[in-house]
Amino acid sequence: MKILVTVKEVAAVDDEFEIDGLAIDDRYVTADLNEWDEYAVEAAVQIKEAHDDVEVVTATIGPSETDETIRQALAKGADRAIRVWDDALDDAGLLDPETKAQVLAAVAAEEDPDLVLTGVQSADDGFGATGVTLADKLDMEWGAVVNDLDLDLEAGVASVHRELEGGVEELTDIEIPAVLTIQTGINDPRYASLRGIRQAQSKELAEYSLADIGLDAAGIESPLEQTSLYEPETEGEATVFEGSPEETATELAELLAEKGVTS
Amino acid sequence: MSVLAIAEHRRGELRPVSLEQLAAGRDLADELGGELHTAVIGGDVEAFGAELNREGVDTVHTVDIGEEFNHDVYTQVVTQLATELDPTVLLMPNSVNGLDYAPAVANRLDRPLVTDVVDIDAEDGLTATRELYGSKAETTIDVHADQAAVTIRPAEWPTIEADGDAAIEAFDATIDESAVRSTVKGFEEVGGGDIDITDADVLVSVGRGIEEEENLDIIHDLAEALDATVSGSRPLIDNGWLAKDRQVGQSGKVVTPDVYIAIGISGAVQHVAGMKGSDTIVAINTDPNAPIFDIADYGIQDDLFEVVPALIEQFQ
Ligand SMILES: Cc1cc2nc3c(=O)[nH]c(=O)nc-3n(C[C@H](O)[C@H](O)[C@H](O)COP(=O)(O)OP(=O)(O)OC[C@H]3O[C@@H](n4cnc5c(N)ncnc54)[C@H](O)[C@@H]3O)c2cc1C
Repeated sequence: MKILVTVKEVAAVDDEFEIDGLAIDDRYVTADLNEWDEYAVEAAVQIKEAHDDVEVVTATIGPSETDETIRQALAKGADRAIRVWDDALDDAGLLDPETKAQVLAAVAAEEDPDLVLTGVQSADDGFGATGVTLADKLDMEWGAVVNDLDLDLEAGVASVHRELEGGVEELTDIEIPAVLTIQTGINDPRYASLRGIRQAQSKELAEYSLADIGLDAAGIESPLEQTSLYEPETEGEATVFEGSPEETATELAELLAEKGVTS
Repeated sequence: MSVLAIAEHRRGELRPVSLEQLAAGRDLADELGGELHTAVIGGDVEAFGAELNREGVDTVHTVDIGEEFNHDVYTQVVTQLATELDPTVLLMPNSVNGLDYAPAVANRLDRPLVTDVVDIDAEDGLTATRELYGSKAETTIDVHADQAAVTIRPAEWPTIEADGDAAIEAFDATIDESAVRSTVKGFEEVGGGDIDITDADVLVSVGRGIEEEENLDIIHDLAEALDATVSGSRPLIDNGWLAKDRQVGQSGKVVTPDVYIAIGISGAVQHVAGMKGSDTIVAINTDPNAPIFDIADYGIQDDLFEVVPALIEQFQ
């Protein structure tokens, strides 16, 4: 059995930052493995540990600078990695879910996985739509926002919990092959061991252009164009207490006493 | 040049976003000079249809299939409806279920999809406003297409309350059963803990800023000093540091205490969804740009590891 896990490097922005045109100035940005993808990788590695003959392959859209982030997934137990990049993707600007899914579907077509796991969303652009778009392109079944997964390989069914709003979960049986978008909390992602980190260095990380996976670069055009980026105006009218921690704590204590909060 | 908004319901009730979409949809329809359609699929469609008949709605389409949400059925029905009505903008909720069918529908209709939109405008082509990096930045996006699919963030638009005089029409969809490859087995309530955080008058709520499980001690100490209840943001619950039923937010509990003290919580939209109705909101956070300060009444922009112990001292 083969599991394909989509893995993305996301940008985390510092507390204080400056915007430079349509992007946040590089100085205030740190690269990280997308939080939701960490849970997806862990889910895949746990399936691999529970069954014989399971291969876990990661797929990433991103330039070579993302290799270090991808190695994190390899260090946590993925077997090999695929990264797709191309000038055409660089030029496309804002990649919409459809464009991403198109690329990932081409990777999946080559790999022919039995199960695809993605994160629910990415922490930076937060579209939350790539996984289900990918499923539909692959004509696979899917489940979004999965926070519990029980695989019955013989029956070909994934019994999942989908986490709805308000503390309610939906229990659903999904035919596999399927794409599941994985929610945080489904498991407890492991830290990479030193051994894992060492092994990751020698695992395969294949780089493909669009042509390599059978896509025409001319067909890559995102219909979404980012036209501005700005810090949202705060509508907030918070009274901010100023001073040393002792001073601000005193003010807050007084406020709380006023509101009738005391032991 | 019309707009079609797909309603959402669960366990016999329309979800508020269904009526918020009508506000967003009416504005868009006015800008486009066209009609606003809405549709409800499954459940008691007659009752839902009557409920959706609000001011500004031209037609309510009812699709009498199934009881609860099933994404395979929704995907087929919405694709058929949108093909027939050919709306310029297809609106769907940016809810967990919305995200479980909207991308498939957009893909089948070959329309661009813009999700989690907080503002939208159709005056000069379609322009959507979205948030990035956990609400730290906002962006506008031009959609270069004649028709689009959009999911709107819940609680960003008002609900339309006034009754309308829409035409109510039943829509006959054809379901390809062989393409229904998922079965909803039921629902489960999360929780089972011994405390109901929705009952608390004062909540001391803690987020990822606490860093380590051991550090939670000061939060429990503070809660004890204030005779308050401890709740938290999602990462703490994911880590197993607090019980599941202590989670505040979209997928956790909605709380409305007299005082909500958010400590080391950034104020992500899914968290805010659960606590914005609190009477008095206090935020302690090192990041002066954290979105939690947008909804806080009082704030301390400082290190919780210094402020919380100082606060405990004040009460001892
Ligand atoms: C479908 C879905 C449903 C979700 N449901 C929920 C939900 O119900 N509830 C929920 O909470 N989240 C939910 N989330 C997750 C949500 O998007 C955020 O990831 C989460 O709320 C972040 O929690 P946080 O604010 O504690 O952490 P972070 O966003 O990491 O924020 C930590 C904050 O701590 C501050 N900080 C750090 N160190 C210190 C210090 N020493 N002193 C003071 N401040 C400090 C930082 O400045 C930062 O603002 C959901 C997400 C999805 C996709």
